[in-house]
Amino acid sequence: MQIEIDHISKEFGATAALHPVSLSIPSGALVALLGPSGSGKTTLLRILGGLEFPTAGRVLFDATDATNLTVQDRRAGFVFQSYALFRHMTVFENIAYGLRARPRAQRPAKAEIARRVTKLLELIQLPDIGARYPSQLSGGQRQRVALARALAIEPRMLLLDEPFGALDARVRKELRAGLREIHDTTGLTTIFVTHDQDEAMELADLVVVMSMGRIEQIGRPQDIRARPATAFVKEFLAV
Amino acid sequence: MSDAPITHSRPAHRPPTHRPVTTESPGFRYALIAVVVLFLAFLLFAPLVAVFAEALSKGAIEAVTSLANPEATSAIKLTLIVAAVAVPLNAVFGIAAAWLITKYDFRGKALLITLIDLPFSVSPVVAGLCLVLTFGANTAIGGWMVAQGYPIVFALPSIILASMFVTFPFVARELIPVMIEQGRAEEEAALTLGASGWRIFFTVTLPNIRWALLYGVLLCNARAMGEFGAVAVVSGKIRGQTATMPITIEMLYNEYLSVAAFSLAAVLALLALLTLTLKTLLEWRFADQLAAAHRP
Ligand SMILES: Nc1ncnc2c1ncn2[C@@H]1O[C@H](COP(=O)(O)OP(=O)(O)O)[C@@H](O)[C@H]1O
Ligand SMILES: [Mg+2]
Repeated sequence: MQIEIDHISKEFGATAALHPVSLSIPSGALVALLGPSGSGKTTLLRILGGLEFPTAGRVLFDATDATNLTVQDRRAGFVFQSYALFRHMTVFENIAYGLRARPRAQRPAKAEIARRVTKLLELIQLPDIGARYPSQLSGGQRQRVALARALAIEPRMLLLDEPFGALDARVRKELRAGLREIHDTTGLTTIFVTHDQDEAMELADLVVVMSMGRIEQIGRPQDIRARPATAFVKEFLAV
Repeated sequence: MSDAPITHSRPAHRPPTHRPVTTESPGFRYALIAVVVLFLAFLLFAPLVAVFAEALSKGAIEAVTSLANPEATSAIKLTLIVAAVAVPLNAVFGIAAAWLITKYDFRGKALLITLIDLPFSVSPVVAGLCLVLTFGANTAIGGWMVAQGYPIVFALPSIILASMFVTFPFVARELIPVMIEQGRAEEEAALTLGASGWRIFFTVTLPNIRWALLYGVLLCNARAMGEFGAVAVVSGKIRGQTATMPITIEMLYNEYLSVAAFSLAAVLALLALLTLTLKTLLEWRFADQLAAAHRP
C-alpha cells in the first residue's frame, strides 16, 4: 500500500512533536525512520497507525484520505517498542487475538484460526511455543511473537517502533535478517523506527532522517551516506 | 520444545553452606519471627479466639438458639443484602474511576483522586449525618421519596448508601497503582488488532487487573459487612428492621446478652474468615496465572 504523509504536524500542549512533515512512501517499500531520541519518530509512526491524531495535515493510503480513519479500521500491523504482548494469554492466544476480535461475519472458523496461527509460528521460526506465556520467552522470541501477532490481522502495512531496541547485538543481527525476509515474502509496506544508523542503512530501501520534529533528508542509504543534505545529517552519520 | 524456557528453576538440593548475602544471621531472623508471631497472637488471634470462646461459654446449643432469634436472623439477612448491593456497585464505580484516572488525561484529575480518598479521612459518623441531612424526610428528595412510600433514611437505601460511601475507596485504591504500572500499551495493541472498546475491556483490561480487583472487592466486602458508625446514624437502629449485624451486636452487648452478642459477633468474624479463605483458595488455584501476570 502506498502511503502519503501530507503536511502532518502534531502538538502536545505547548510542545511541537512534529512540525509539518511530508513524506511519500512507495508501495512495498521497507522504510527506516532514523533520528535521535525525541525527534518525533514514534509520534509519526503512531499517527500512521491511528493511535494519535495529527494537529493538522492529512494521511493518504493508496490516494484515499485516511486521516480520520479509526485505529481499528486502519489495519496497520503495529509492533510496539516493549512488544505489549498480552501477558495473561498464551503465545497462541496472543497471535489469534486479532482474528478472534473480528466481527462474526468476517471471523474465520476455529480450525482456520488455529491453522493460521500455526503457519505464523512457522514463519517466525518458533513452531513449538504456542502454549507458553510471554513471561516465559526471551526478548528475541517476544519480538517475533509481536511481529506474528501483527501479521495475523492481514495488515495493509507494518509499523515497528524500535523493534530491535531492547535486544543484545547478536540477536539484533539475526532478527534484522528475519524482518527483511518477512518483508520480502509478504510484500508489505513496512516502516520501522530506529536510532541506530547501521540498522537503518543495512536494512531499509529508504531512510528518513529526522531531527527535532523535522525531516532532514529522505533517500536511499547509499545516497544519504554519499550526500548528506544538512549539517545535522552529516554530524549524525559521523557518530 | 525447541529451546528451554528462560525461567530459572530452583536446584533440587541446596548446598548446605549456601546463604544469600541479603539474609540476616539466624539468631536475628528467629528473633524477628518471634516478634511478629507474638504480635499477631496478641493482636489478632487472641481476640478472635476470645469471641468464639465467649459465644460458646454456655454451650453450642445456647449459641445456636440465640442466632435463631428473629432479631439475629433479620440482622444477618440485612447485612448480607447490604453487602450484596453495595459491593458490586462499588466494584463498578471503582473500576470506572481507576480507568478514568489511569487511562485518560483530563483537567481536575488531582481533585478526583482526592475525592476518592475522602471517605478514608471523614469520620463515618459525619458521613452518616451528611446523608441524613441530604436525604432525610425533611429534605426535598427525602420528603418526596417518603411520600412515594420509599423512605431513604432509617431504611435500607440509606444503609446501602452509607456502606457504599465508607467503602468506596477500596476498589479504586487497589486498582489505580496496578493500572498505572501496566500502562496503556496492551490496550493500544488490542486497538491496532481491531478490537472494540468493550472487547478490550473484557479481554485485556479486566484480566490484567483481576487480582487487584479481587483484593479490592474482598476488602470492600469485609468493611461493608462490618461498618458501624455511618450505619448507626442513618439506620435509626430499628430492631428486626434496620439493625445490621454490627448494630445488633452492640445492642445485645449493651443489654448484657453476652452469649447472643458474641454468637452474632462470631458469625460476623466467620464471614470475614470465609472471605479470606476464598481469596486463599483462588490464589492457590490460579498460582501459575498469578505468577505469569506478575513477571514483566
Ligand atoms: N503523549 C505525549 N505527551 C506529551 N509530549 C509527548 C508525547 N509523546 C511524545 N511527546 C514529545 O514529542 C517529542 C517527540 O517524541 P517521540 O515521537 O516519542 O520521539 P522519538 O520516538 O523520536 O524518540 C518529544 O519531545 C516528546 O517529549
Ligand atoms: Mg520513540
